[in-house]
Amino acid sequence: MKEVRIHGRGGQGGVTSAELVATAAIAQGKYAQAFPSFGPERRGAPVAAFIRVSDTQIRTREKVYTPDIVLVLDPSLPGLVNVAEGLKEGGIVILNTELSESEVREKFGIQSRLAMVDATKIATEELGLPITNTTMLGALLKATGIVDKEPLFEALEKRFGRLAEKNKKALERAMNETVVTG
Amino acid sequence: MSKRVGIEVSIAIAEAVGLARAEVIPAYPITPQTHIVEHLSEMVANGELDAEFIPVESEHAAMSCCCGSSAAGARTFTSSSAQGLSLMSEILYIPSTMRLPMVMVVANRAMSAPISIWNDHQDIMVQRDIGWIQTFAENGQEAVDLTLHAFRVAEDRNVSLPFIVNIDGFTLSHVIEPIELPDQEDVDKFLPPFKPRYKLDPRRPITMGPVGIPEVYTEAKVAHDMAMRKAKRYILKAWDEFAEIFGRKYNPVESYRTEDAEILLVTMGSISETAMTAVDAMRDDGQKVGLLRIRLWRPFPSQEFRKAIGKAKVLAVVDRCLPPGAVCGPVGAEIRSLLYKIPGAPKIFSFVAGLGGRDVTVARFKEIVDKARQFAKKRPRELYEVIGVREK
Amino acid sequence: MANSDAIVGWKTITFGCHILEPGNAANFRTGDWRSQRPVTDKEKCIKCGMCWVYCPDMAYSQDEEGYFVANMEYCKGCGICAHECPKDAITMVPEEG
Ligand code: SF4
Ligand code: SF4
Repeated sequence: MKEVRIHGRGGQGGVTSAELVATAAIAQGKYAQAFPSFGPERRGAPVAAFIRVSDTQIRTREKVYTPDIVLVLDPSLPGLVNVAEGLKEGGIVILNTELSESEVREKFGIQSRLAMVDATKIATEELGLPITNTTMLGALLKATGIVDKEPLFEALEKRFGRLAEKNKKALERAMNETVVTG
Repeated sequence: MSKRVGIEVSIAIAEAVGLARAEVIPAYPITPQTHIVEHLSEMVANGELDAEFIPVESEHAAMSCCCGSSAAGARTFTSSSAQGLSLMSEILYIPSTMRLPMVMVVANRAMSAPISIWNDHQDIMVQRDIGWIQTFAENGQEAVDLTLHAFRVAEDRNVSLPFIVNIDGFTLSHVIEPIELPDQEDVDKFLPPFKPRYKLDPRRPITMGPVGIPEVYTEAKVAHDMAMRKAKRYILKAWDEFAEIFGRKYNPVESYRTEDAEILLVTMGSISETAMTAVDAMRDDGQKVGLLRIRLWRPFPSQEFRKAIGKAKVLAVVDRCLPPGAVCGPVGAEIRSLLYKIPGAPKIFSFVAGLGGRDVTVARFKEIVDKARQFAKKRPRELYEVIGVREK
Repeated sequence: MANSDAIVGWKTITFGCHILEPGNAANFRTGDWRSQRPVTDKEKCIKCGMCWVYCPDMAYSQDEEGYFVANMEYCKGCGICAHECPKDAITMVPEEG
């Protein structure tokens, strides 16, 4: 079982990212859960969403305390929240950042494996909006094998209809531009 | 063919209500039930569901409309939570003794104060004695299946009682997970059209809800109680038929790794899944621990529960409700009184956990089992223990 | 065995405590706790039937002469008929004893 924690800000679509990955994994025949950090959401406030993906039935309703993967949608969040909190040994933090690896490590003190992409730039160029929730899924695909691309694209089409194309393009670009460190 | 989809549990419940062909849905939105009724109102507005959606002005009105709708012979559904459910309270006792079938999904939530929108079972324990049949779902699939089952049983002419399906707010209602949505054809096979024993019909006038003078009231209440006891047979029968059509079998009490178990956890609702994982971990450790999950809460499955205990020496009953000043939590109290003075009955310890959205983790279950083991050796000073409460 | 005050058994009580016979209140003397009774002054009465319409217990019926007469088995003495009569033909008088 792989556990994912997504950090975003209220209104950035972190819950939608979680939903897309879980529905795609389920369509692929796997077991999955996606859920928000329960409670009222305020636009702009730091929020989290969670995903579990497994080959066997998932029998827990705990929150995710020790993620294998952390996906951060907003470049300003690593400076505010400890995004690597509880990360499993060998886990990976995936950041939306324009910084280099050494800058990230120095500024935020993250020691784990890293994947980085400037998703804000990609989203702004491809979608015309700095909303990175679908773009960052490209980084998630590149850095982990948690879900396959085809079912994820199908989930995007179902969710966004006509707007899916642009989101798919942004996602593809993020896949190509994501840098994964050792 | 039924289809397996990744879907939010609330949406799946609404789809199930649609598959059940509900005819009247009076509802008032309240967190965390909101997505269920929002989706139903969309289905009605989009013409996908041929039903009356009545956006009432309060939960009190919602339940009043439900009574009228059921009395007029319509398949009736509503949903609520917490303070909203309590606002229905005045009406909730009415359809049950009046034998008006209807189905309500309660997305369980804590009672304020302090204000809490998060999950526990305090809202439904307030309504423990309203005389409705009540089940608890452990996961999204069960939420869907138990909703269909509820219509079938409630409307069975041998039962004719209102029915609550409890689902944990947020921890179930807001989770996306794989659920098999059944086929319309199969649901139609399982759930025939509602044919009430009596209904309000101007061509054949009757009076529903007359005064019950002291010379009648006791008999009316005993008749209701007897109807509840008799209902168990039809609840089980409907689960058997459900299994035949849909391939999933449900029981009033489910046992998990209870063979040779010395200590049994007792749970209700979605924490049961985490409890299973905890039992697996403790079994791996060589501890003889098992789990009993209560699915049918009213009528209480006394026989099945007694049988399920087997040779266990200790029961650790987990309540999601803290009734201030009571002897212990309501589930603990129920089981203590069920087993009182029964020769060879296990020792029963009552725990309160997971109030107002506090997570009940695998570690908490281990803690509960450890405490129960200690208490079995040295009697605890208190009749129950609140798990994970901070002192300072 | 102690005496029971019950007038019906739990096995024989109607389903849901419904009353299945429409209008069966007619079988009972529902007016035996009246403290006032309506008395109609035939001089003033124009036989309009408003008292018959408004009586919540349907106590009124018409006699051969066309006057409306309240049946004291059912009249509860509420006074609505007296209040509604357009000719003030009805007076409420106290019941004796
Ligand atoms: S309402 Fe008055 S006037 Fe009319 S019928 Fe009755 S008593 Fe006569
Ligand atoms: S007093 Fe009331 S009950 Fe009696 S006849 Fe008049 S309206 Fe009817």
